[in-house]
Amino acid sequence: MATLLVAICFISFLLMKNSPIDPIQAYIGADMFKVGPEQRAKIEQYWGVDQPLMVQFFHWGSAVLSGDLGISMIYRRPVMDVIGERFLNSLVLMLTAWKLSGVIGFVMGVVAAMKKGTWVDRLIKWYCFTLASTPAFWMGLLILVVFAVWLGWFPVGMGVPAGVLAENVTLMDRIQHLILPVLTLSMVGVANVSLHTRQKLIDVLASDYVLFARARGEKGFILFWRHGLRNVVLPAITLQFAAFSELFGGAVLAEQVFSYPGLGQATVAAGLRGDVPLLLGIVIFTAIFVFVGNLLADISYHVLDPRTREEGKV
Amino acid sequence: MISLLKKSPLNGKQWALMKLLISVAVIVIVLLGGLFLDEGRLVTNLADRNSPPSMDHLFGTDWLGRDMFTRTVRGLTLSIGIGLIGAIGSASIALILGMAAATMGKKADRMISWLIDLFLSVPHLVTLILIAFTLGGGFKGIVIGLTLTHWPSLARVIRIEVMQIRSAEFVQVSKRMGKPGWWIAVHHILPHIIPQLLTGFMLLFPHVILHEAAITFIGLGLSPHEPAIGIILSEAMKYLSTGMWWLVLFPGLCLLMIVRMFEQIGENLRLLTDSNGDRD
Repeated sequence: MATLLVAICFISFLLMKNSPIDPIQAYIGADMFKVGPEQRAKIEQYWGVDQPLMVQFFHWGSAVLSGDLGISMIYRRPVMDVIGERFLNSLVLMLTAWKLSGVIGFVMGVVAAMKKGTWVDRLIKWYCFTLASTPAFWMGLLILVVFAVWLGWFPVGMGVPAGVLAENVTLMDRIQHLILPVLTLSMVGVANVSLHTRQKLIDVLASDYVLFARARGEKGFILFWRHGLRNVVLPAITLQFAAFSELFGGAVLAEQVFSYPGLGQATVAAGLRGDVPLLLGIVIFTAIFVFVGNLLADISYHVLDPRTREEGKV
Repeated sequence: MISLLKKSPLNGKQWALMKLLISVAVIVIVLLGGLFLDEGRLVTNLADRNSPPSMDHLFGTDWLGRDMFTRTVRGLTLSIGIGLIGAIGSASIALILGMAAATMGKKADRMISWLIDLFLSVPHLVTLILIAFTLGGGFKGIVIGLTLTHWPSLARVIRIEVMQIRSAEFVQVSKRMGKPGWWIAVHHILPHIIPQLLTGFMLLFPHVILHEAAITFIGLGLSPHEPAIGIILSEAMKYLSTGMWWLVLFPGLCLLMIVRMFEQIGENLRLLTDSNGDRD
């Protein structure tokens, strides 16, 4: 993992280095004409832009290790602060959507598998396949049209109401602004979990022990509760943790559609407006985020499955 | 599914073939439509703007009076084209790296597995933004970005597949007969993974198209002059609050349809090539 992280840092650094955006120009911005060539050269020297690539990388790398990611150019604040604040917003959004889509997807998968071959199963399967190939941002736009424009139930965008002071924003306001993006993310996120759960449960139901249980007269919910649940809940949880990377991708789009002030929107802004430090910071941050997801998936396996624990002891 | 099969006169494989052909036909029609549709409907026509769908303008018109149907079909053609290039590129990288990982010894294997992990550890969309940013967006940036981000999952599948074939008897015999490694790879291993590759390629396609639309939607992809689906949708977003729902609904729906078609082709190809393929 450490080598991966270093490699990600290095590759993204290289990419940034080769991008057509001149860091000094981006920094100076509108004051272009007030800054003479001598001053420019001075800034260049001060920043170390004229030094060899590896030296620059080590400078930047050691700064990152000591927790200094530089200053974001569009927000004019330290990158760490921006990411921290934005990520908190995103985390609320992603966690809610993550839990919702996990639970709903799991239930859908179970229902589909228990009723395999009936219209319920076919409906769920159709929904999942269609949703899996739906562009997330389009889903968001449709939801926006229906709930915000036509019905007017929810605000059109942003994380908080416009024109209200920060200290006057109530929790209700925040929740109201959260509902539509969460709805979008969960609707799209359901497909993967439920299709996997369905397949897994069908395999389980075809096993000998379920046949035996059926022969003893167990059926319906009791059968699932006693023999199915433990077998299918584990892969579902692992899958859900491993989907952190997809979740973040979805959040980027959803936040863009609803102009929700989260990390995803910051990513887009940084990319569009050439904010190199912020973009680099976000790349490293998402890599860690995805890594944590995979780690949690592994840990959940250990905690939830007694068989892997036994193996660990021996 | 079973009840459906009983009713129809076709058996499973014929049914799969039918679906496959229909999907191909639809895609070909869209492609041809994109090539032959009337250019004139794309020009600005202020007399006829913001009109809802009608017989004359199937999908309505936008705020400049451009016919949305024409724009959508154009956008789809563009999407399919980019998807094709991106998917071919990704599939070739996956093939080469997957083969190399499985045939060139332990060291190469570890290297390539590491590379796969590297690419999977950052969300696709973030990598895409990064690459598009470096290359300054546009057609080239997108295609390169898409090619570089989509190969890892397929490479993994191919690696495992090749590893199974590698231990097969005919490969061992060939090795004993003194054939060089690359000769075995081309003559004995490659033919066996072509079905896998083909299906993987078709299943890659929807991902590529969706990511293309997403990155264009964000504004880091194709230039705003191209009639791409992502562009259409991001423009439509500005006009949402005025209630022009048709700008959003139809282009997205068409994209969804095309993506589903490609998935259908991939799925049915898998059913047709897989000999024990009746796992519903």
